[in-house]
Parts: sequence; structure tokens; C-alpha cells
Amino acid sequence: MNNLQQKAQQLLESGNYGLIVGYEKGTSGKARPVFIRKAEHASKLIFDESCDQNIAVYLYRQEIKHDKKKVIVANHHTLKSIVELAAENQVFDGDFMVLAFAENGDIIELNTFKEIEKHVATLYHGLTEAEAAMMKKIEDMSLEDRWAFWENEFSKCIKCYACRASCPMCYCPTCTVEINQPQWISVPSHTLGNLEWHVMRAMHLAGRCVTCGQCGKACPLELPIQLLTYKVALDSKQFFDSVAGTSICADNALAIYKPEDHENFIR
Amino acid sequence: METNNTNSFEPKVVAFVCNWCTYAGADLTGTSRIKYATNVKIIRFPCTGRIDFMLLMKAFANGADGIIISGCHPNDCHYTSGNFHARRRWMIFRNLLDFIGMDVNRIVFSWVSAAEGAKWAEVVNESVDQFRQLGPATAYQKLIKNSEFQEVE
Repeated sequence: MNNLQQKAQQLLESGNYGLIVGYEKGTSGKARPVFIRKAEHASKLIFDESCDQNIAVYLYRQEIKHDKKKVIVANHHTLKSIVELAAENQVFDGDFMVLAFAENGDIIELNTFKEIEKHVATLYHGLTEAEAAMMKKIEDMSLEDRWAFWENEFSKCIKCYACRASCPMCYCPTCTVEINQPQWISVPSHTLGNLEWHVMRAMHLAGRCVTCGQCGKACPLELPIQLLTYKVALDSKQFFDSVAGTSICADNALAIYKPEDHENFIR
Repeated sequence: METNNTNSFEPKVVAFVCNWCTYAGADLTGTSRIKYATNVKIIRFPCTGRIDFMLLMKAFANGADGIIISGCHPNDCHYTSGNFHARRRWMIFRNLLDFIGMDVNRIVFSWVSAAEGAKWAEVVNESVDQFRQLGPATAYQKLIKNSEFQEVE
């Protein structure tokens, strides 16, 4: 048993904690989320580089609402999302404990939002080199090429909404796509409706996306849709100096304003 | 209106304007008997802050070749801050559209106050000229055509 498994076992045996949300070994070398309620199952828990899923999405689910105090094993994406969810009052201080990991693999216990925020401040915020290269590749294309690229990608979308389901920030009980009076997004998955859906999803994540890329990882068609939310996240940083997932009391970039906001396109 | 070439393409333009400034400004254009392009269909909103980006997407999806969005100058908003919020939204939205390869020149943003009847005529005329030069929104029309076909099927 490794440190994490021992820790989990102790926590569950202490009786103070009722549920551990973490990762277990999945199929084809991938990790998958696991929900552990019994101490003897603690040995299922793993934490390595395969655990890249953002599991903050489970924190506010109805299914675990009535469990006794929760523990979540968090990678850096999950930590940032927890901070952003805290800023939006979707999770509550003291409802759960976070087990994060230091560089050397030591377990760090984070009990309050203040502690989480402090830990997150030590993490790297921004795109990885590979992600930045993908963004640059598209931004360097001509307008026509960009349109052709995205038209091709959007034409493949089957509107399964896995991107929405996987995103911790997509928590609205009724999403705009489910509203049919008026029908904002057409139901069949043709390119036009798919384009509108992806534009809408990105816009609704403006200033809120923590650039975890979970939407792209969840996409069964492997569309690079995470780039759309990266775009709005990078713009929010550039225009409004707003980086999601850094502060538990920050306002959303599009919910506030400054009279001196500068643009160059309004005549 | 004056057109040099009667065969030239006439863009369909939708203008989303705020009730308190630009709509009143457009009224002034009319009462001042200033002529401007007839391509534009004005839709009145309580505030620019109310103009959701999805409404613009829907205008394009219904065949608009160009869109004009106009409201009160900063600090003049009837509701104090609607136009400031709108401005932030447009800054993000415009760049996102550019990122997916839509021509952002098809959307013109302006501030037109209730006293600027002449500016409204100028904004519309210049925008319509700009849209005329860009030609029909063929890339988007292709999507519209495909979507209709699939829905019938």
C-alpha cells in the first residue's frame, strides 16, 4: 500500500469522512474516477501521470450530496476548477477535504478554500507548449483556412454534449441547448447548429475556463474544441487580466467591467 | 438612396440598437430628413447589454450579410453599466469569431447617441458599403443550406 492508499484508509476508518473521490486504474493504460466509501477498497486508489482527468465535475453532483464529508484526490486541473467553483459559490468551504500532491509526491492536505487558493498560486497557469503550438498553428492560418478547418471539425460533431458533461464549469441545471422556446441551438447535428453550440459553449466559459482541456479529452470524435475555450481564456487574460481558477473571491470577467476597458473596433 | 450600379449586390443588414440612444438617434436621422441606406432592419433593444451574442448568431443563420450593433456611448447608459458589460462581451466574442474563421468585418460596432442623427446615417451608409464590398455571406449560407437539407431528410 502506498501513502495515498494508507491515507485514504485512515480517513475512512476514522469515521469522519464518508467518501473519497479519486482515480483508479482503468482500461488501456488510462485512469478513471472512482468513488470509495469503504476502507477496504482504499487500495484501488492510484495517482500518477495517467490521472489527468478533471474530477472537480463530481464535487457538486446530486449523487454524492448526502455522503458524509468528502475527500477529493486532486490533480492541478481539479484544484484550479475547485477554486473557480468556490468563486462562483458552487462548492462550500468545509464540505470536503482536498488531497493534493507536492512535486516530490508528498500528500498535501488542504482543508479550507484559503489553503487551496494558496496552493493553487504555486501552480503553473496557462497552456502547455503543445497546446500553445496548436493555438499558434490555427491563429497563423488565413481566415479562409481557419473557416475550412473549423467547418470540417464542426461537421463531425454528433452533439453528444460530452464536452459539457465533462466540464466542471458547465453546471447549469437547464442548459441553453435544452431550451426550445426559443430554440437557440437546433437539435439535429448539422454543421450550422454545431458551430452555434460550440461558439455558445466557449462564450459561456469566457473568463471561467481554467484551460484543463477536459472537453477536448472527453470528445469521442477527438475534435480540438478545447482550443475554443482556450481562446476565450487567453483573451480574458489579455484584455481583462482575468485568469480563472486563481482566486476564490474573483468576479467573472464578463460579469464586471472597467470604464477604461480598451478596444479598437467600436466607432 | 443613391446607387451607382443598379445590378450590384444589396446586403441584408440587421441593426441591433439600444432604445435610449441609438434608436432615438435613428429617429432623429428620420426627423432631420437625412437619407441613408434602406438595407438595414432596425431591432430595438432595451440596452446593448441585452444583446446576447446568440441573437447575432441567429441573425447570421437567418441570412444576414452584415450586422450593426449600436448603443449609448460609455458612461451614457440608461442603466448605468449595460454598455460596459456589452463592450467586454463583444471584445471576447469578436475575437472568438475571428478564431473560427468568420469575417468580423461583417459586424460593425458603434456608439451613437440620441443627438447623433447624422452619425447614424454615416454609420449605416459606410457599413452597407463595407458589406457590399465583402459580398454575400456565402460561407455561412452554405451551412444554412446544408442544415435545411438535413432537417427535411
